[in-house]
Amino acid sequence: MENNINLTLKVWRQNGPQDKGRFETYKLEGVSTESSFLEMMDVLNEQLIGEGKEPVAFDHDCREGICGMCSLYINGRPHGPDDDVTTCQLHMRKFKNGETITIEPWRSAGFPVIKDLIVNRSAFDQIIAAGGYTSVSTGGVPDANAIPIPKPDADEAMDAASCIGCGACVATCKNGSAMLFVSAKVSHLALLPQGKVEAARRAKAMVSKMDELGFGNCTNTGACEVECPKGVSISNIARLNREYLKAKLAD
Amino acid sequence: MKLDSKIPEGPLAQKWENYKASQKLVNPANKRNLDIIVVGTGLAGASAAASFGEMGFKVKNFTIQDSPRRAHSIAAQGGINAAKNYPNDGDSIYRLFYDTVKGGDYRAREANVYRLASVSNDIIDQCVAQGVPFAREYGGLLDNRSFGGAQVSRTFYAKGQTGQQLLIGAYQALMRQVNAGTVEMHTRTEIVDIVMVDGKARGVIARDLVTGEFSRHFGHAVVLATGGYGNTFFLSTNAMGSNGSAAIKAFEKGALFANPCYAQIHPTCIPVHGEFQSKLTLMSESLRNDGRIWVPKKKEDAEAIRAGKMKPTDIKDEDRDYYLERRYPAFGNLVPRDVASRAAKERCDAGYGVGSTGLAVYLDFKSAIERLGEDTIRARYGNLFQMYEKIVDDNPYATPMMIYPAIHYTMGGIWVDYELQTTVPGLFAAGEANFSDHGANRLGASALMQGLADGYFVLPYTIQNYLADDIRTPRMTGEEKEFVEAEKAAKDKFTKLLNIKGNRSVDSIHKELGLVMWDFVGMARNKKGLEEAIEKIAAIKKEFWTNVKIPGSDKGMNVELEKASRLADFITIGDLMARDALHREESCGGHFREEYQTEEGEAQRQDDKFTYAGCWEYQGEDKAPIMHKEDLKFEVVKVAQRNYK
Repeated sequence: MENNINLTLKVWRQNGPQDKGRFETYKLEGVSTESSFLEMMDVLNEQLIGEGKEPVAFDHDCREGICGMCSLYINGRPHGPDDDVTTCQLHMRKFKNGETITIEPWRSAGFPVIKDLIVNRSAFDQIIAAGGYTSVSTGGVPDANAIPIPKPDADEAMDAASCIGCGACVATCKNGSAMLFVSAKVSHLALLPQGKVEAARRAKAMVSKMDELGFGNCTNTGACEVECPKGVSISNIARLNREYLKAKLAD
Repeated sequence: MKLDSKIPEGPLAQKWENYKASQKLVNPANKRNLDIIVVGTGLAGASAAASFGEMGFKVKNFTIQDSPRRAHSIAAQGGINAAKNYPNDGDSIYRLFYDTVKGGDYRAREANVYRLASVSNDIIDQCVAQGVPFAREYGGLLDNRSFGGAQVSRTFYAKGQTGQQLLIGAYQALMRQVNAGTVEMHTRTEIVDIVMVDGKARGVIARDLVTGEFSRHFGHAVVLATGGYGNTFFLSTNAMGSNGSAAIKAFEKGALFANPCYAQIHPTCIPVHGEFQSKLTLMSESLRNDGRIWVPKKKEDAEAIRAGKMKPTDIKDEDRDYYLERRYPAFGNLVPRDVASRAAKERCDAGYGVGSTGLAVYLDFKSAIERLGEDTIRARYGNLFQMYEKIVDDNPYATPMMIYPAIHYTMGGIWVDYELQTTVPGLFAAGEANFSDHGANRLGASALMQGLADGYFVLPYTIQNYLADDIRTPRMTGEEKEFVEAEKAAKDKFTKLLNIKGNRSVDSIHKELGLVMWDFVGMARNKKGLEEAIEKIAAIKKEFWTNVKIPGSDKGMNVELEKASRLADFITIGDLMARDALHREESCGGHFREEYQTEEGEAQRQDDKFTYAGCWEYQGEDKAPIMHKEDLKFEVVKVAQRNYK
């Protein structure tokens, strides 16, 4: 049922990539527990605009957990204190009256801060550009039912393809590794006959781009899987390692 | 102005073949010297940009998001239609064409819709080749489900995330071209004007949303694939960033805006629940395959539920009114969206609504769970049920979902001819941004089909027909006076916004606009209300331009400034929608005028007067636009009263 709560917010403010950045503390009263976390941020920004201050910049778009645009480290957890959700799906009923909430951007060498809570995740696009596709152009492809695909393979590919590219896995990893993201794409395509053709080339190209962009190594701590809002499994990392090793041995 | 839709000669089924056989082509050596600007990276934009790049054109692609993969196509849940007829249940290209024209309440162009249906199968083939993990049967072949407005199962799907998977397919094809160097990607960049040289679209002025800097970009042709304008209503199922600004820039440069009043209200969304609400969440239409929609039969039960004294599970089956099954036995819960939305409104207005506000109806899975088991329902809709539970904090396996209609999609948009070219030469529009294929109402799972049809299989042909005459046009540098002047005008507009220094936030004015739109230009419209809306929108415009408050400066990132510039355009669109709705004295599809309904409350068209697309021409700031007509001729389909009974 609906309730109103009062909150203290410690929010990371940073004017630009070169700025040092600092926490600012704001009081917010009468927040409905039915509202989403980002709606609470909207209310904060309305308050700041009213006071003639600059609102807090944060990334968001679809607000239904699929575009991958929203981020935020909330009380030490990417996407906050609920499981299997993005920040936009997190609701204020998960917080208590009088609570202090600490809100930070993704912090990782691969994702430099642009402003306040907004980071630059274009490294993910660069990794996909390096090989995260099947090399087919428009037109001239076989009938969709020409190659039957066993249902378990299609389902597993779908699970890997559920990745929304939000970057929570990188943000939560103590090494700042992008292995869950890369392995999800490698798995999605390697599991399907259409993607298998160039699986080895893809694995090598994507891993090498990931290394080049300054993401850390995977040490199997499993934090990425815990924080992934879409439940992408670390078994994908094992598959990536297998694909990568196979590709390297074939060289 | 005479509108030439350029429909090719020949019988309907041959028109597209005839077009392709006689169109002009551009040879590979010349393609390298031709630049195409694509605005937007959703299904239409990404598929067009990728395809142009593969063909060898030089492409510049712009998106306001941090990555092309964020475009709002990603949120489409249910599926994509195609006339494959894999289930052998009587489908065909003609049937898909016919259902789409009928679903659009006979307000779409026959030739365009037929082409859409005929390329639909190619889309599925293309997506499978890209590695889109569509749902499959145990035999390894593709699975289908049914959607509203059809009696066959022709919808392909990837769990409840079909839009995501199709967009990622297109995005990956696009990134492959970025890697190949044929597409130059500009993220976090917004188009703030279109540059006209000698009466043709020749480029855009862009604003970098991170630095606030402006830049000039030349293109031999410009493609707008910027989606719809549903956010005029503030609350809609659109993403927060979805906007109609590029369409309005085109309108102001002379592109006609067609059928702005055709907005789709989706019947199954999570109901509005508070002042702070920022958006509405859709629950996929696919749920209507297995969910049954009802309200209590007795008013006292509805009152008890609203007061929290009764639960929906307390109401026995014989005391439930499954009103869609009652009113429309042939299609039942799978009637088209406009019909389902109005039926929900009718029950709630009559006092049978549920939820604390009385503005909700139930979508119940009890029968389906009894018939198929909870595991099957979880496999089909698990992610949607989870999404509902996270938002509402209620378990839909145990208690019915509450839903209510919300603004979802806009069928209206920039007028385009058969080649998807606007009335401005060299300016094309694709996907939801154009008006072309859905008439007055879009059927479920047809938006994805249209976006990808335009981008993969229509524009790659038609744009060549235009560019073939441009092979001797040298690239411009951006220093030409037209570019310099356009950039200055755009900069001035942003400075003007910052200098207002009023007292009200952008959102507070946008919410006010949204309420006017919902109350007067929403699910049911009438003459008096629309006249009032036009006055109220004019007052909101004045309030905005004298009293908006935008903190910060034009240097660096300024989110409030971005929102303000988009709201200025939403206000223009709101006015256009109200004018169009006022002039269209009939009810059709998503446009329901209370004065024009049958005795049973169904939409009543006035075919003798309104069988045309209403196309609005800009006349200058604060001047009323002028309407032109494109008459619609139905040569194949017999125009009839829609009947889903």
